[in-house]
Amino acid sequence: MRRTLATNRPAAVSGLAVVLLAASVALIFFYAPTDADQGFSQRIFYFHVPIALTAYACFGWGAWKALRVLWKGDQRADLESYVAIHQGVIFGALTLLTGSIWARASWGVWWSWSENQLVLFLVLFLFYCAYFMLRFSLEPGRARANMSAVYALFGVVLIPVSFLAIRLSQKFIHPVVFNSHGPQMTGSQFFTFCVSLAAMIALFAALYEVELAGKRADAHLRELREILA
Amino acid sequence: MNPPSEWHYVAAAYGVVFVAVLVWVAIIAAKLGRLQRELGDLVDQARARERNG
Repeated sequence: MRRTLATNRPAAVSGLAVVLLAASVALIFFYAPTDADQGFSQRIFYFHVPIALTAYACFGWGAWKALRVLWKGDQRADLESYVAIHQGVIFGALTLLTGSIWARASWGVWWSWSENQLVLFLVLFLFYCAYFMLRFSLEPGRARANMSAVYALFGVVLIPVSFLAIRLSQKFIHPVVFNSHGPQMTGSQFFTFCVSLAAMIALFAALYEVELAGKRADAHLRELREILA
Repeated sequence: MNPPSEWHYVAAAYGVVFVAVLVWVAIIAAKLGRLQRELGDLVDQARARERNG
């Protein structure tokens, strides 16, 4: 059993993700206290913020793999960069959806164009959506890998801008939970948040490993078909 | 009609994530089915080639 898990990374990380997700949902609804300021709707925070941070991590991981394509000429890293960015776009879409629902519950609006963080996250999301248009408009090969890698590296510059936007903004209604004094929440809330963040990162790792395994199997099948043709 | 309560918004936010994961699993399951069929075809092709020398 242990050997199977060690040799089958997708199964191992998927199992870890299931355990952590179940633990985080249990903590969110049965352990974390109801926020005195925002009430019950504050519980969206425990999924919304970890999903947003995971989206940043996906784009960061995609950029790291893109750097390996350009720096070391590692062609395997091209597929890894693509899969990480694909996952980043999925997590990005979930960030926008859960954020929009939370905004409606807390502020009474689905979206606010005057909020820098929201608009910058949307820009980051659309930037990475355009990555797929670039990638699929080119023939597969080294040129496509290099151009996709350059694009992925440009996008990563937007991450610190998006992350710091709320701190640079003078006028905002979007809450700031983490500031220079540390996390602005109770110990139990912070513990629940950390477990949720670990669960989301494990979910990303599981989806990344499974998608990568599928894409590699697809490529091997294509190669086999060419050999047998 | 009454406006949705806070509970409804929380359920909607968690439901969106749950549905997204389910859709993703369904897509991967469909892809796995296709890979399995294609692999079966290739095995048949290789066996036929072996029989014909």
